[in-house]
Amino acid sequence: MLLDRRKFLNTLLGLGGIGGILSVFYPIFSFLIPPKTTEPKVNSVKAGLNAEFPPNSSKIIKFGRTPVILIKTEDNQYKALSASCTHLDCIVQYKNDTKQIWCACHNGTYDLNGRNISGPPPRPLEVYDVKVIKDEIVITKVG
Amino acid sequence: MGKRFYYFLLFAISVSFLFGFASTENKKTDKNPKVDQCYACHKEIENLPKDFLEIDVHRHANLMCSSCHGGDPNSSDQEIAMSPSKGFIGVPKRKDIPKFCGKCHSNIDFMRVYQPRIATDQVSQYYTSVHGKKLLTGDENVAECSSCHTAHSILPAKDPRSSVYALNVPNTCNKCHGNSTLMKKYNIPVNQFEEYSKSVHGIALLKNKDLGAPACNNCHGNHGATPPGVASVSHVCGTCHISNMEYFNATRMSKAFEEQDFHGCEQCHGNHGVQKPNDEMIGVGKESKCIDCHTNGDEGYTVSKKIYSSLIQLKNKYDTANAKYLEVKQKGMNDVEIGFQLQDAKQALIQSRTLIHTFDSTKVGTKAKEGVDFSNKASFLAQKEIDEYYTRRNGFAVATLAFLVFVIALYFKIKDKGKKVS
Amino acid sequence: MKNFGNKIISWIDERYDLSPIRNLLDHKKVPSHRHSVWYYMGGVTLFLFIVQLLTGILLLLYYRPGEDSAYESVRFIVTEVKFGWLIRNVHSWSANLLVFFAFVHMFSVFFSKAYKKPRELTWVTGFIILIFTLAFGFSGYLLPWNELAFFATKVGTDIVGVIPIIGGPLKIFLRGGEDVTGATLSRFFGIHVAILPAIFTVFLVFHLLFIQQQGMHEPDEFKNLPEEKKKYISFFPDFALKDLLLWVVVFNILIFLALYFPWELGNKAQAFASAPEGIRPEWYFMFMFQTLKLLPAHVLFLEGELLGVLFFGVAGFVWMLVPYIKVKHRPNWKIQPLTLAGILIVLFIVIMTIVGYLL
Repeated sequence: MLLDRRKFLNTLLGLGGIGGILSVFYPIFSFLIPPKTTEPKVNSVKAGLNAEFPPNSSKIIKFGRTPVILIKTEDNQYKALSASCTHLDCIVQYKNDTKQIWCACHNGTYDLNGRNISGPPPRPLEVYDVKVIKDEIVITKVG
Repeated sequence: MGKRFYYFLLFAISVSFLFGFASTENKKTDKNPKVDQCYACHKEIENLPKDFLEIDVHRHANLMCSSCHGGDPNSSDQEIAMSPSKGFIGVPKRKDIPKFCGKCHSNIDFMRVYQPRIATDQVSQYYTSVHGKKLLTGDENVAECSSCHTAHSILPAKDPRSSVYALNVPNTCNKCHGNSTLMKKYNIPVNQFEEYSKSVHGIALLKNKDLGAPACNNCHGNHGATPPGVASVSHVCGTCHISNMEYFNATRMSKAFEEQDFHGCEQCHGNHGVQKPNDEMIGVGKESKCIDCHTNGDEGYTVSKKIYSSLIQLKNKYDTANAKYLEVKQKGMNDVEIGFQLQDAKQALIQSRTLIHTFDSTKVGTKAKEGVDFSNKASFLAQKEIDEYYTRRNGFAVATLAFLVFVIALYFKIKDKGKKVS
Repeated sequence: MKNFGNKIISWIDERYDLSPIRNLLDHKKVPSHRHSVWYYMGGVTLFLFIVQLLTGILLLLYYRPGEDSAYESVRFIVTEVKFGWLIRNVHSWSANLLVFFAFVHMFSVFFSKAYKKPRELTWVTGFIILIFTLAFGFSGYLLPWNELAFFATKVGTDIVGVIPIIGGPLKIFLRGGEDVTGATLSRFFGIHVAILPAIFTVFLVFHLLFIQQQGMHEPDEFKNLPEEKKKYISFFPDFALKDLLLWVVVFNILIFLALYFPWELGNKAQAFASAPEGIRPEWYFMFMFQTLKLLPAHVLFLEGELLGVLFFGVAGFVWMLVPYIKVKHRPNWKIQPLTLAGILIVLFIVIMTIVGYLL
């Protein structure tokens, strides 16, 4: 089996060349295809549909790295606050009987404006802005 | 003669007016002399009380020495100023101090001038306390008002410089309660401060300056200081640890505790030296609190075992997920979603541990399962990121191989071309 | 395959004059001697610039300038976009390698005295390209809008402000206001992706045209050889293939660096926040930064910083005009004065850079 040196080198060159070109174009091609989450989560987060959110209830939304508690009051107003208790970082909850925000860890209480009104929490909860755009609830960081 | 008389009358009227003014001036100074002669004199002879502070709250409210000690603040003559006929009391006797302070502090009509909402039950509360009761029997070694509040350097409890500011309370109580000679008479141990400062509450208050943590008075009361009775312990702890208390009070265990005269929360968690609880306190292992009463074969033993296994399963899954999360972080891959799942898992873990106080293995099990699901999700996502990390490196190896093959072939091609030319 | 290629070439031939290209391919020669290896440096620099252009365009598809979106879009690219991490890190690394090779290329040209007549303008355009490359680096560095970038820009533009008379207005012009804000980001983005590439391309084209017209410089010891002893290799395909080989190797190193030493995201910049400890510029500015730091606060009646800025300004200007500087040849000097100056300058840059990182 005579291995023609020239042919051999040319084959190697071809293989290597194609491999190299693929290694460059495959990533570029994949890069150009838009990812599933088409936009970076900038300063606002979508939190579901207004119609599907019952009044006097709450849910926890992820905002970047922070958890946010979204509350719809009895008179259909929205409030969004940081859900990290300012005492020792437990996740707070909405009590729909007293209509206050409560932390189960050490019985801290906040009002619906985030003000710490009793218990250990030293600071209020950070307030987020909530808008309803075409029935979609959108939470934005303030400032 | 008429003219002279007329001028004399004019003179007398003017003078009496002047005197009139002067005397009204005096009337004012009677209530508020421009110079407090007591203070002025004692300052001059450098004989102010040892604990005298200019920022003392009473001084700040423009009260004078005489407001408490009596006497005449207008006179610079000691015999007049400090005369009992002028109401001078001097240094009150120890057992009279509560009444001495109570003269004002139990009188809402007087106190509301300075603070409309101030409490005026301190003295009556004090007499219900151990300190108060003993003082009435003539024991001069117990705490009275000035023992904690000081006499002449009193500051409001909200002022960080005050001896009764939350951060300073443990040290104030310890002044007597840490003195073994003093406490030997009453058979009270003196290790509370030491235990407390090593406890989770003590570290929170004294080291981390967390004002949310309890000092002595949060559990023992302020003026009506008494060690909490058996019935009160869970309520005392429950003011902050409300979920634990509500769960516990709804169980059969709490009734059994009452019957056995157990001290509620203190039975398992201790009092002054309370530490962060660990999972080994439940279950049937060596450090378990349950086996103090329960034995192999009884219902409690089985429940304890079940609860322990639910918790440990969750703890292990959480630890695994957390370790993966840290690995993802360290490898520089995307950890945001994993962090969220882990946060939820941690929340479930905390809640499961709180649910122990229901002594219901089903409740604990259900919550623990939630936590396990979150941990599994976190682990899954983390593993994806870790796999991606290695995939990238493998992909790079393949690309490098292709380039290497190309480069080697090209090199020889070039060499060949060079040989051909020559 | 070859037939098909020939067909295309004859189609173009019938319509356009391909002789300049033919000339280049058939006749362009590159001298081959002991120091030929330095001939590749310019090509590598050019290659890295092309990589920058391509990865930059790719990044442009996802990057969003603006205080509220820049950082998040970079995070998006690096975490969500397929191979976004690769494109971004290649772009960052290629920038650094580009500056490095540009300096290597410049100093190799300096020490081989290739800037001498008739190539003075090649040198001048090259120096201008270098300055633009540094400007590319400075403007691009801010775009991820993280803390490091923010403060590096703040310090850098502060130094610009020290220049007498024009410094103040120039600083405000660069910053788009008194402070570094979102306005600065918008400006730097426009400068980085539009203004600089446009002007840079003009100078680059001139630079390359001059080289094509005049061919490679031959060092004296080569020039003085008898004709038969002069070795040349043809540009196409020999030199070109060697160029290609080197480029592939450099490319491989580039993606190795991108994968194993990725650039961090950092923390999002907060305008009006206070600077963290140990702020430093990128390494290619370090030697100037360190020099400024070492100057005393006042020298005679001048502020130390001003003196430093003026010094580098004048030094740069003189360096640009090196082809026009006539230095008498000193026969008894082992190293000629200009060469010696060059060695000292290289040492100064290297030492100051190292010191900047040690301190």
